[in-house]
Amino acid sequence: MALQYVGLKEINGPLIVLDNVTNAFYDEMVEIKLENGTNRMGRVVEIQGRRVVLQVFEGTKGLSLENTRTRFIGKPMEMPLSTDLLGRVFSGAGRPIDGLGDIFAESSADVNGKPLNPVSREYPRNYIRTGISAIDALMTLIRGQKLPIFSGSGLSHNKLAVQIVRQAQITDDSGVTSDDFAIVFAAMGVKNDVAEYFRKSFEETGVLSRVVMFLNLSNDPIIERILTPRCALAVAEYLAFEKDMHILVILTDMTSYAEAVREFSSSKGEIPGRKGFPGYLYSDLASIYERAGIINTAKGSVTQIPILTMPNDDITHPVPDLTGYITEGQIVLDRTLDQTGVYPSISVLPSLSRLMKDGIGEGFTRDDHADVSNQLFAAYAKVQDARALAQVIGEDELSDTDKAYMNFGKLFEKYFVAQRPDENRTIEETLDLGWALLSTMPRSLLDRVSEDMLNKHYDPEKAENYKI
Amino acid sequence: MNTVFGINGPVVKVRDTKSFSMMEMVYVGKKRLIGEIIGINSDETTIQVYESTTGLMPGEPVVGSGAPMSATLGPGILANIFDGIERPLKSLEAVTGAFIAEGAAVTTLDEDKKWEVTVLCKTGDVLTGGQIFATCPETPVIMHKCLVPPDISGKVTWTAPDGEYNITEKIAVVKSADGTEHELKLAQKWPIKIPRPIAKRVAVSKPLITGQRIIDTIIPISKGGTAAIPGGFGTGKTMTQHQLAKWCDADIIVYIGCGERGNEMTQVLEEFTGLVDPKTGNALTDRTVLIANTSNMPVAAREASIYTGITLAEYYRDMGYHIAIMADSTSRWAEALREISGRLEEMPAEEGFPAYLPSRLSEFYERAGYVETLSDSEGSVTIIGAVSPQGADFSEPVTQNTKRFVRCFWALDKNLAYARHYPAINWNDSYSEYADELAEYYHDNVDINFMNYRQQIANILHEESKLMEIVKLIGSDVLPEDQKLVIEIAAVVRIGFLQQNAYHKDDTYVPLDKQFKMMNSILHLYEKCKAAVAGGIPVSEITKSGVFEKVTKMKYDIPNDKPQLFNVLDTEVEETLKNIKKE
Repeated sequence: MALQYVGLKEINGPLIVLDNVTNAFYDEMVEIKLENGTNRMGRVVEIQGRRVVLQVFEGTKGLSLENTRTRFIGKPMEMPLSTDLLGRVFSGAGRPIDGLGDIFAESSADVNGKPLNPVSREYPRNYIRTGISAIDALMTLIRGQKLPIFSGSGLSHNKLAVQIVRQAQITDDSGVTSDDFAIVFAAMGVKNDVAEYFRKSFEETGVLSRVVMFLNLSNDPIIERILTPRCALAVAEYLAFEKDMHILVILTDMTSYAEAVREFSSSKGEIPGRKGFPGYLYSDLASIYERAGIINTAKGSVTQIPILTMPNDDITHPVPDLTGYITEGQIVLDRTLDQTGVYPSISVLPSLSRLMKDGIGEGFTRDDHADVSNQLFAAYAKVQDARALAQVIGEDELSDTDKAYMNFGKLFEKYFVAQRPDENRTIEETLDLGWALLSTMPRSLLDRVSEDMLNKHYDPEKAENYKI
Repeated sequence: MNTVFGINGPVVKVRDTKSFSMMEMVYVGKKRLIGEIIGINSDETTIQVYESTTGLMPGEPVVGSGAPMSATLGPGILANIFDGIERPLKSLEAVTGAFIAEGAAVTTLDEDKKWEVTVLCKTGDVLTGGQIFATCPETPVIMHKCLVPPDISGKVTWTAPDGEYNITEKIAVVKSADGTEHELKLAQKWPIKIPRPIAKRVAVSKPLITGQRIIDTIIPISKGGTAAIPGGFGTGKTMTQHQLAKWCDADIIVYIGCGERGNEMTQVLEEFTGLVDPKTGNALTDRTVLIANTSNMPVAAREASIYTGITLAEYYRDMGYHIAIMADSTSRWAEALREISGRLEEMPAEEGFPAYLPSRLSEFYERAGYVETLSDSEGSVTIIGAVSPQGADFSEPVTQNTKRFVRCFWALDKNLAYARHYPAINWNDSYSEYADELAEYYHDNVDINFMNYRQQIANILHEESKLMEIVKLIGSDVLPEDQKLVIEIAAVVRIGFLQQNAYHKDDTYVPLDKQFKMMNSILHLYEKCKAAVAGGIPVSEITKSGVFEKVTKMKYDIPNDKPQLFNVLDTEVEETLKNIKKE
């Protein structure tokens, strides 16, 4: 349809309104030509008879009611797809910005994707070894999972994500090789330095040629930010489900994304829900997170590690809250641990991996994995009680049991949670370390473990190696 | 012809028409997307569309179906998995592949499959609505009883012989008083938003036995009751629902995954197929129907999924079965209401939720109940709804309004979940209004002391929570010996009784009888220890003797089929305590 519409009826934030439009359809893409020769992209977000509301991806700066010509493209927003995307860098709206020219597309896909039929899903079972003890033992990452990192400004989430990418071992007995592995990285509203940090880290790790990057920096238009994760996931789904690759998707920062959704919603004049976020934020986030998984017709998988910064470190803020309801667990970082010099500063108790129970144990990791992780969680929960009590009555006044817990807590944080950014522990090392630390406590305190397991693994001699 | 005028997400408007009625199902656009009329005024008719509206254009046709959104009811529902508007997901997969596309026309129930029908009526019989006119085995464990649609009655003028029929073939013909003839088939339709009629409601008196100790013993629910499970993310709502679906003694389970994770539905599918029903020895799926509207599927169908689920449940209830509905999660349903309400620009009440949220919630929960059906049998629908409060804050509107309409409240606790104490039901915040009504059942069927013991256990926990206030301030060393004992015994109750391991072969389901014996052993231990403490033995000595651990581990040490071992345990406890005395 080559019809062009001259001028606009209304401009409001990122939205423009056209009148007397025929044959536009919902979600259709438009191209807006300015008088100075530049082009912008937009999308239909509402139709009332012949009145059409459009959102402009690059923002409405410089637009007037008369200086534009709008052309309806006749397609929804699509992302060109090809294996040549690997190693390339795109803008948030999926346009190449690395100066290497356009993509020669094999096919293309609607960036919004389609809901995956639950009966076509394969339940994720294979674990990904990250080499990080706290994650591997206590919140095991599973291929096809969506496991976000809940962090705060100034914490080491980026460093942790890079370490996971570097160490994530997905080679296994089923013959998966590193050739089948790729990373899709989507930056939404992050600082240039952060994007650069990731790029450099990928380069140093030698995986840059296997990364597809989407960059929407903090000064880029917010409408593009809303598209960024969708473009990234369209690429991830293509590589995983049509090219049988294992894709790790890193989305950072989901809080900036959600704020972009809020800004867009308020400019549309929608009724706000909690903290001004629109009522559909849950559905909107779900349409991103639910695109992780494995399907029964392809060999590949999409694993997501979204990163979000909790405003004011508040886990009940709508973004982490709704995210936690959709994702399959979370890795929570803690400022107090960070301040005491523990890296990675993973706060173990609120962290969780929902898919872990079916991906660990005999045949996956080791038969004692579930026991050791349960016992570590239970014991560390007791440590918190003992610490709270010690703050009131002083450490010296504690009972022997509570003193044992206090000691265990310190050792656990020092030896188990903390590790060097380049330290890659095997699952055996991690689980043995867990047992050794548990063995610093009297045997009677280990109430989550069966006698058999204790006979096999409880060994106070090994505990001698670990001192505060 | 009526055509599309405006489009805003799932809300579509049609101008200047009077040809639609409220709640009518319509087909929107060239792709024939399924929608429902939700608002009519003189200029504009509003439709909510159950599928994605991408690509829809003004001017495309809107066609009415002449009937409200209805569920198809008949054999073939069980062991199936549907989306929110009762489209079988397996058929959708066959039509559109792994990703769900719009406008896929699939039939709800398999029309080719032949069922082995036994006709129960003969020519000349008088049938009224809700009576059983034929039966056919639907799965190895459930006999499908074909019911006369509730609005039809009259004299039978023709019947088919027993044999194999599909759901579109006529089985009998009924002539009603005004002379019209109705064909009775295996399948019928019923509007999802209208409760199916019953003869009368009956007071609840039987527990829904779940094999979960904290529920059966401390916070029981009755057959035909309602319960809410509120909890922040990661507190184990879904896990608790799965456990109940697997083990509760309902005949049929309707599991509604409303706006939840896709992988979880896949897990339910896989797990239930592999699991053997302890009562029948067949696969659990044979008595289960799943409704999956995951969080990324269209939001309007999420709203419908709850109604579809309860309509299916009511249909089987009318056959005289006991049904348990797991709705995970009702908060997502409420959010779907809010989202659509926002698109309609309705005046919001609390936190953006529409003002009719409480009335919708109460309409839903009131469809539960223990009833006498139109075919003179007893059936029940029990609703167990998960609630996902924002920020784990129980004062938000969905939790608060739900609390008003349910009689059983299982509050999940973040701190328990952090300590991996599952089920993380907080015994202090939870309650059940059914305890009194069920006392007689426990009295007659388990033991006359059951309710008495339950109260004693509850008292210990209550006592502990009071003492913990002091311990938090000054530590446990300063407490007098008898209070130290309470704390130790309460720990045995918490870890040995309330905490239950879903992955342990015996502990995942515990019969009522064993639950009673466990309480008995704990109270026996308490009695004996009290006597020992009164005799001057310090609690620390008793702790060292290992009796507390011994009793705590009885849930693993004593298999479900060896209740006699409890006597051995009790004797052992007595012996151990006596030995301390000697030293």
